[in-house]
Amino acid sequence: MAEAVLRPVLQLHGLRKSYNPGTPLEAEVLHGIDLELRAGEFCALMGPSGSGKSTLLNIVGLLDRPSGGRLLIDGEETGGLDERAITRLRGRRIGFVFQYHHLLPAFTALENVVMPMLLDRGRPDEAMRRHAAQLLDSMGLAEFRDRLASQLSGGQQQRVAVARALAMSPALLLADEPTGNLDTVSAQGVFDLMRAVNREHGTTVLLVTHNHALAAQCGRLVEIVDGRVTADRAVPGQASSGAKP
Amino acid sequence: MNAWLPFEWIAASRFLREGRMQSIAIVLGVSIGVGVIVFMSAALSAQMTNIIRRVLSAQAHIVLLPPKEVARPLRGGRAAAQAAIVQKPFQRVRSIDQWQRILRETEQMPSVTAAAPSASGSVLAVRGEATRAVTLNGVDPALYFRIVPLPEKVVSGAPRLGSEDIIVGTELASDLGVVVGDKLRIVPGTGEGVALTVTALVDLGSKGANQRTAYAALHTAQALLGLIGGASSIDVTVRDIYAAEDVAKAIEASSGVEADSWIRTNSQFFTAINAQRVANTTIRFFVALAIAFGIAAVLIVSVVQKSREIGILRAMGASQGQILRVFLLEGAVLGLAGSVFGCAIAATAIAVWEHFVVDASGIALLAIGYDWKIFAGAAVLATLTGLVSAIWPALRGARLDPVVAIRG
Repeated sequence: MAEAVLRPVLQLHGLRKSYNPGTPLEAEVLHGIDLELRAGEFCALMGPSGSGKSTLLNIVGLLDRPSGGRLLIDGEETGGLDERAITRLRGRRIGFVFQYHHLLPAFTALENVVMPMLLDRGRPDEAMRRHAAQLLDSMGLAEFRDRLASQLSGGQQQRVAVARALAMSPALLLADEPTGNLDTVSAQGVFDLMRAVNREHGTTVLLVTHNHALAAQCGRLVEIVDGRVTADRAVPGQASSGAKP
Repeated sequence: MNAWLPFEWIAASRFLREGRMQSIAIVLGVSIGVGVIVFMSAALSAQMTNIIRRVLSAQAHIVLLPPKEVARPLRGGRAAAQAAIVQKPFQRVRSIDQWQRILRETEQMPSVTAAAPSASGSVLAVRGEATRAVTLNGVDPALYFRIVPLPEKVVSGAPRLGSEDIIVGTELASDLGVVVGDKLRIVPGTGEGVALTVTALVDLGSKGANQRTAYAALHTAQALLGLIGGASSIDVTVRDIYAAEDVAKAIEASSGVEADSWIRTNSQFFTAINAQRVANTTIRFFVALAIAFGIAAVLIVSVVQKSREIGILRAMGASQGQILRVFLLEGAVLGLAGSVFGCAIAATAIAVWEHFVVDASGIALLAIGYDWKIFAGAAVLATLTGLVSAIWPALRGARLDPVVAIRG
């Protein structure tokens, strides 16, 4: 299946970001990024510290706004959207996995996974719980459903975070060094889960990582240095999964 | 995660439980504030009711009197010169002109509950060698007892007022050495005296009144005071005691008689009551303010502590409105919880007060009672205060930049 026919999930055209615009302290950290991810791609984003990876990820995740250029999520232009529409788009199309286990400590594993659905629909219902339980089961966390997030190990927390990111069946999964704090075995476990999700559901994944071993298992590798894309290549033998369009 | 509860409730209750110590501390603070407000308001309102009842139980709310007599020097004549000094005329006991019509009209006013004519004047009460100056009130018992409930004040005897009966104050009775059934000679300033039978002794609540007050039947007093068929005053009771002055003005305007409300005749006392009310309101305001700042402080700390969670929630698709409502709800819940405990504290304090602050016979010096309106009012006030004081912290939480919040 040729990638060219697959629907673009993420499109960046000349994306710029500068902090303190219009002041003497103005600092541009992204100098016109062009990038396109198609449905089912599994892309690693690498680069040295301070290269703008996290800023780019926050903008792609609609947590931050670009200073210039265009950003399209699932074909939808985000430039003119108001706060409410941005929030909805973020909730429904994008899943986040952060470097630190950003779970809600006061809630159980199951409740953390239910949360994105609850935020979207306002009230909990049985279908949400079932869906969340299935996701946790598929992450191998069936027995930890009712544990408080704060009582789980790092690897378990990160797997709950992956389950939570998938709760709304997002088109795009963003992961910011999700394995950065994990030992090699746990890191590989979490990575494999994301790879499986990518293969089975065709979820597009953009993974920021410093781990070359993991990056080598991704279908595509994009490097940015000083706010510019310096390399963009397919990883030999790890062609992106042929996803359902 | 309770089924059916909306996100805001779930998150607010979970956050409050997570910051348990803060929540408990501020709820205790609010409770004490609410307890103080409720107990103070209840005690004050009971005290005011008590004092007003004591003051008003022996007097009418409004007394209608004939207009004062004024000297009218002749003037305007060709050769007449106006006197430099005009002597004030004496005020003799006079009847209200057309008192029966005025009585009828006053009775029909919607704000008036009862009106009764009386013929009052100074007389001497004589028994043997003893003589006392006394104000004799000639009243129609059927009407007058609706205004001043004399039967409730009877110490001995029965409140009967036939044409040859008299009811006297307790001090007067002991001064003259009379008991129920004795005869008492009543002598007016001019004319012959009569002998009346004492049917009851009454305690009017103050020594002065008990010393110089006597009641007789209306026509007996009319005859003694030379007011045949007349009434020297009309006593009026109104529905709302605080509106007495307005009603008095209305009566003055329509009938031309002089109408004195209890507010005017007890102006110092009324000023004192008003001062107490203002003081109470001021204290209530400042306690509410203290509660508001307490809740706001706790919520601001909570927003700062929860900023990472807020960022996570925002990343998962929580809207600013949802975050805002979570913290508003927390404020209202803290206020409500505090007011519930505060009401319990106040109720306990009232019970303790009524149990221990008693007179020799074990009756509470001041029966405060449980006025549900005060409790409900304080609860609503505290809840609203919680809600209002949460606005600023909630806005702060809702406006947090998710990127900064997550990184922090």
